[in-house]
Amino acid sequence: MSERARNVGGVTEPDLDGRRSDHEVDDHDIVIKEGPRGWRRTVLEVVRRPVAVASLLILVVVVVMAIFGQWLTPYGINEVNISRRLEGPSAQHWFGTDELGRDILTRVIASASVSVRVSVIAVAIALVVGVSLGLFAGFFGGWLDSVIMRSQDVMFAFPEILLALAIVAILGPGVTTATIAIGIVYIQVFARVTRASALSVRTETYVRASKSLGAGPLRQMFSHVLPNISAPIIVQTSLSLAFAVLSEAGLSFLGLGVQPPEPSWGRMLFDSRAFFQDAWWLSVFPGLAVFVTVLACNLLGDVLRDVLDVRGAATTRGGGVR
Amino acid sequence: MSPAALEVRNLSVTIGQARIVRDVSWSVAKGETLGIVGESGSGKSISVLSAAGLGPASARIDGTVALTIDGREQDLLSMPGSQLRRIRGRRLGFVFQDPGTSLNPMLTIGRQLTEGPEVHLGMSRTQSRKRALELLELVGIPDPERRLKSYPHELSGGMRQRIMIAVALACDPEVLIADEATTALDVTTQAQILDAIRDLQNRLGTATVWISHDLAVVGGIADEVVVMYGGEVLERAETVELFRSTQHPYTRGLFESRPHLGERVDQLTSIPGAPPDPRATPPGCVFWERCQVRGDKRCRTDHPELVETSPGHWVRSFYTMSGADPHQDTASTVRPLPWKEHR
Repeated sequence: MSERARNVGGVTEPDLDGRRSDHEVDDHDIVIKEGPRGWRRTVLEVVRRPVAVASLLILVVVVVMAIFGQWLTPYGINEVNISRRLEGPSAQHWFGTDELGRDILTRVIASASVSVRVSVIAVAIALVVGVSLGLFAGFFGGWLDSVIMRSQDVMFAFPEILLALAIVAILGPGVTTATIAIGIVYIQVFARVTRASALSVRTETYVRASKSLGAGPLRQMFSHVLPNISAPIIVQTSLSLAFAVLSEAGLSFLGLGVQPPEPSWGRMLFDSRAFFQDAWWLSVFPGLAVFVTVLACNLLGDVLRDVLDVRGAATTRGGGVR
Repeated sequence: MSPAALEVRNLSVTIGQARIVRDVSWSVAKGETLGIVGESGSGKSISVLSAAGLGPASARIDGTVALTIDGREQDLLSMPGSQLRRIRGRRLGFVFQDPGTSLNPMLTIGRQLTEGPEVHLGMSRTQSRKRALELLELVGIPDPERRLKSYPHELSGGMRQRIMIAVALACDPEVLIADEATTALDVTTQAQILDAIRDLQNRLGTATVWISHDLAVVGGIADEVVVMYGGEVLERAETVELFRSTQHPYTRGLFESRPHLGERVDQLTSIPGAPPDPRATPPGCVFWERCQVRGDKRCRTDHPELVETSPGHWVRSFYTMSGADPHQDTASTVRPLPWKEHR
């Protein structure tokens, strides 16, 4: 708390009439300590925590692998070398080779591209649709709220993977449909989070004040409510990315996501089942990739939740001087 | 008196069975200030908010709210929502009680000041920024350049309220409505804000409606005062007249319950009891239950009308006070009002 207090409440000033605020006495009428503000402050807060830095580093590595993976890999993605099949980790093949003699390291790196693409796009879909739905539901309330949230309840009633399976079954397997399916599955999470926050913020005086100054419902929602509920949404985004990576791996594992020969962590895990007892590297390395990525997203989400803590921030902000 | 900038005629607000506001009329002219006084639950805020379409959605609102724009009178209550939206902020500016929560904590002062001019007046970013700087100077905020980048939590309560006033005045509205605008501030800051508003009013000619429970504040700023209780107007007069010759027992009670400087008292005078339940208003005078006077049984059974006792001074009571000496025994100075028999 002291860290935050120093940072957020870093501004002290006496009232105009010369009375001093609690914190500081100075000769000037107005004292402003220039400190980092807005999102810059948030970034600094995040960077100060070792866990966050580690998570960010991991995610940066994953993203770099995703974008530049094809130029970084030591071997071709589908370069088959039957003579060196199922070799354990060695100097040539750090992560070993699979049953066709393909380099595991290469395929793990190459898979990042699919995982990142699928999870980012899926979460983007869920974010845009879910936040909009939740905002409308929470802001307007009444029958609109009931209709939106009950329909989301229906989605919520299905286990996530089952729902994704159903959607893939309708649209046919493939990366695109997997992305859409995962996106649809996570809509309700964002709708729920957004609605709950919007419900509490829409009654705030500043929202009423914006209405009194002529703001229509859309402006009230997107200019005034949304920025004030961004913290839980950001946290949810980070957590959902983790789950989306898992879901993609899960769907690919079931053969409904990425289609061979394109590599994906889930697909590699699926392919490794038969060799699990003899060649542990086949499953451990792609599994580790999923695990580390998901963990990094989750830890980052936790840090963000601490840093952006809505209640803490609100009390510091609202009660700053008065 | 010059023509009214904003006139409310026979405004009633009903929510379900509760008649929150009954038959309220008042008007405020360009450059003048109307004070609306009353305790919590007297319907003072809700009458004004409802007049601008900001009341609760479930409320039924009757009457006329005439806003004069460029010499043409328009009824706010009968106009469609989209049109009303263009009037709020452009023609009517609002300042609310708590400056700590009326500003959006996530947006900079600059953003909140420029939004109105950009939306209502179609200004460009550069124009509205210039306007924002002007406004900050107008309300007496030092170093406006830097303030534009500040967030509300970086400012003191008094500063925030000045910002709110600047936001309300951003589009140069005809009428400024201040709902308990200085209640949350300490007395010295309050005085500064009042000064600032008076000064702005002189310069811009904005009509002001000042809602407050504090007679002293209203007495200091208003040209005319409306005293509300239980959703009704009990007394209405020019400020000097009201302070000089208080007529209604309730207004008298309000005056007497104010602590006086330099006078040591063990207990402050209060008006015993609570305002009537708006779902079951008494058939007679709304103030009957708590009234010190209660001249005869008419007070309980008949509903008094608002009567003009002297030019511009309206009172809703069968019995009025005479004389303005607050130290005289109230009961002995009561005289019956010349009352026409009704209903």
